[in-house]
Amino acid sequence: MQRRTFLKATALGGGVALGFDVSRAEAEMRALKIARTTETRSICPYCAVSCGVIIHTLGDKSKNVKPAVVHVEGDPDHPISRGSLCPKGATLRDDITHKNRLLHPKVRRPGSDHWEDISWDDAVSQIARHIKDTRDRTFVAKNAKGQVVNRTPGIAMIGGCTDTNEFNYLQWKVVTALGVPYRDTQARV
Amino acid sequence: MTNGWVDIKNADVILAMGGNPAENHPVGFKWFMEAKRNRNARLVVVDPRFTRTAAVADLYSPIRAGTDIAYLLGIIRYALENKRYHEDYVKLHTNAPLLVNPAFTFNDGLFSGFDPAKGEYAKDTWAYQLGGSFAKTDPTLQDPQCVFQLLKKHVERYTPEMVEKICGVPKETFLKVAEVVTSTGNPERAGTITYALGWTQHSTAVQIIRTGAMLQLLLGNVGRPGGGVNAFRGHSNIQGATDTAGTFEILPGYLKTPTGPWQSLKEYLDANTPKPLEAASMNYWQNTPKFMVSLLKAAYGKAATKENDFGYSWLPKVDGNYSWMYIFDDMYRGDTTRAGGKEPGPEALITFGMNPVGLGPNSKKMVAALAKQKWMVVVENVETETSIFWKAPKEYEGPPPSQVQTEVFLLPAADFAEKDGTFTNSARWLQWKWKALDPPGQAKADQEILARIFLAVRDLYQKEGGALPEQVTSVSWDYTSPASPDLGDVLKEMSGKALAEVHDPNDKTKVHTAGQQLDGFGQLMDDGTTMCGNWLHSGVYTEAGNNAQRRNNADPTGLGMFHNWAFSWPANRRIMYNRASADAEGKPWDAKRPGITWNGEKWVGDVPDMKPDAPPGTYGAFIMIPEGVARLYAPTFNDGPFPEHYEAVEAAVVNPLHPGVTSNPAFKKFTSDKDVYGTKEDFPIVCTTYRLTEHFHYWTQHQHQGLLNELQPGFFVEIPEGLAREKGIENGSKVKVTSARGQIQGVAMVTRRLYPLKVDGKEMWQIGFPIHWGFAGDPGHTGPLANMLTPSAMDPNTWTPEYKAFLVKLEKA
Repeated sequence: MQRRTFLKATALGGGVALGFDVSRAEAEMRALKIARTTETRSICPYCAVSCGVIIHTLGDKSKNVKPAVVHVEGDPDHPISRGSLCPKGATLRDDITHKNRLLHPKVRRPGSDHWEDISWDDAVSQIARHIKDTRDRTFVAKNAKGQVVNRTPGIAMIGGCTDTNEFNYLQWKVVTALGVPYRDTQARV
Repeated sequence: MTNGWVDIKNADVILAMGGNPAENHPVGFKWFMEAKRNRNARLVVVDPRFTRTAAVADLYSPIRAGTDIAYLLGIIRYALENKRYHEDYVKLHTNAPLLVNPAFTFNDGLFSGFDPAKGEYAKDTWAYQLGGSFAKTDPTLQDPQCVFQLLKKHVERYTPEMVEKICGVPKETFLKVAEVVTSTGNPERAGTITYALGWTQHSTAVQIIRTGAMLQLLLGNVGRPGGGVNAFRGHSNIQGATDTAGTFEILPGYLKTPTGPWQSLKEYLDANTPKPLEAASMNYWQNTPKFMVSLLKAAYGKAATKENDFGYSWLPKVDGNYSWMYIFDDMYRGDTTRAGGKEPGPEALITFGMNPVGLGPNSKKMVAALAKQKWMVVVENVETETSIFWKAPKEYEGPPPSQVQTEVFLLPAADFAEKDGTFTNSARWLQWKWKALDPPGQAKADQEILARIFLAVRDLYQKEGGALPEQVTSVSWDYTSPASPDLGDVLKEMSGKALAEVHDPNDKTKVHTAGQQLDGFGQLMDDGTTMCGNWLHSGVYTEAGNNAQRRNNADPTGLGMFHNWAFSWPANRRIMYNRASADAEGKPWDAKRPGITWNGEKWVGDVPDMKPDAPPGTYGAFIMIPEGVARLYAPTFNDGPFPEHYEAVEAAVVNPLHPGVTSNPAFKKFTSDKDVYGTKEDFPIVCTTYRLTEHFHYWTQHQHQGLLNELQPGFFVEIPEGLAREKGIENGSKVKVTSARGQIQGVAMVTRRLYPLKVDGKEMWQIGFPIHWGFAGDPGHTGPLANMLTPSAMDPNTWTPEYKAFLVKLEKA
């Protein structure tokens, strides 16, 4: 009998019968869930304290492996949070893995009462056509005073609270390219 | 924040007002507790509710929601009256000695220059008296027209009795708060003020924050470790969104968005490059041409040349206001005349990670506005209220789906863990996060979604032409992988690089060749030889690498600055205005808590908010302000150079100070049929909204089988015991809350955390409820949108909605 099998058997039969406590050995045989995980340093996406978090994923970086998040914890090196997290930060795994996450592009056609699946390529080309049509239709080259203003009042664009700085910058370039004057963000509200 | 999260540990007094950090920024709040434990700091909480922060405070004071200006001006009056302000600091670092135009007046609630027909102020009478191009001063602070004397006169009315009458706080409690808060009005002690959305979401928001800043200036607390005016932002990257031009009125780095009258780059730069108002003013915005031209080079790349004004004419120009409430008002009405002539309103909305139906005030109007759109793109992690507005429950009064002609695309996005890039925290730290895994299913990172749509549009314009195709095609998109830009590449572009050989104007030994990353905004040029996507972020990515990735948590100062952890804009400075932490000779006010110190040759300590080798006396401490000193009097805001108490737009009482001008006169009401405002006769109860620690906005209630939904399963209404008794409402029973705009139902939580207030001699009740729930979400965890009840009211400077004080009535359901 190998040590492992022996421990399993005794655990099933109840360690007490052996006359010594096997709980420590039992604990040892249940490998820690995060023992073989990859640790990735990240920042909590909720409030602006920006606590450091460590995301533990199971599965290495091999091409055929799909990593799964098994645990998220506070980063003790982080000078502000020093390893602490609030209830929201401590349950970040739920936020990444829950089953209400959107997985496919969808479209709701005019007058319809339901979603339809759509491919990325179709969604992107249909949206691009909408943007061009609306821009060409509503473009204001000059204002009432005859000043050149080059704006597209037909489109409004609003950006969110968890967009990265780099995304925000790219978004500014896109609204500038499209001439969109109506733009705002979570920071306003 | 002017200071940082860890810096709070250096405070002797913390005034937490307009925020509930123990609930909403719990981990940042640990530094409050450190200050209490290690420095014996006093924590003072002023809040309409006895909050989780109040529960650990040394001193708690109730207040009627929306009356913070009266409270704070009361403290300022107390400080001036009892000489509990830092006189040397005030004389050296503020505009107290500057003389104001004698035409400036304040009578019966109105400052000079008000045009009642327009509902706007003309600001010319608010200007300083000029001698040549500089403002005249009286260093003795005796001239009746000096800012100090005008302030004294302005706050005279805010006696403890008046504070009690307006705010509903017993005079004795107020005086205790005033005494503790003003105990830092000297070099030996330092105090901080922390606030959040409880200040920013009022029709007087900017002036509330200004009053806080003025108090901190009088106490000599701005720029010092343990001091400052510290806004706790509520989301992981709205600081970054503001810095990077998420809003219509600014370009990246707070450069102004061009308007119609500024037709050429020269006109733009002439209008936006300020002149100094004092001889010792560094007037740092004089560098606007360098920032602007470098931005245009980043935006348009090779297409930006000196000959074509660096592409300036392609930038869309704004006329008037295009902010949140106007977006949805113009959508709902279909057009606008604010820009002069009639122009169409939006017929389409693109939203990345935003849920306007949940977030905006007056939910019924939001739904009605979206129902008029031709198409919409929503990029999200989950199915939000916005994406399913077309099937909103009937109480939102939207048309049935068959009559909603909006085509809605709902695109699945990666969440934070599934993409890299930087977030900027409330302390201005840009921190890089690494990607942990791929997004699920077909979800994609938002930069890829945006890039693919943009490239497809650009392709159409290249093939078909259309309205001003150059505007679309000239924007540079020079990334290694254009359809999915590498965010490191993007950060490099934002930080800035040399396009030709560039010599540092202050250090001849520093030369950058074309293509090299610059060290900081001091190396930017106005001739097209540098590019920089955001001058404020300049230095985050240098030839040394990505500084946002730095993880050295050594703190040799012992003050919690951590200069080698990530990157703090601007220039890796950890405390803004830190020159004010030292006296006229450059000696720290408090040797144990130095911000920066003049060592005879240069400034040492934090990264100086000052030219590093400019001896004390060369420049004023506030280098971004044309005066060179901080403003106790600010002739720039839309609703007055001094703060004044005004009631909320939905006023619970007639203004006790000036019954003729009850609410902020510079706020103009919206006029569509959906914009209805209640009166105190019909809706006698003051209502406020807030967050809970267990949920995040309209987001975490989507988590299926999530622990947070177990901790806080549903919507409730907090009701003070006395009011519950009066209405026969039992704890746990159902109640109806109604405003002029709608009605919501929820479970009554009868509590002693809210008090009856005596306001202007009358007993008054306040209630409140959390946001977080809506008609989207995990089944079993949906609920009413708090914003069903909130009004179309906002601050006239920032146009942020007034979510924190409005009128309702309460009934048993």
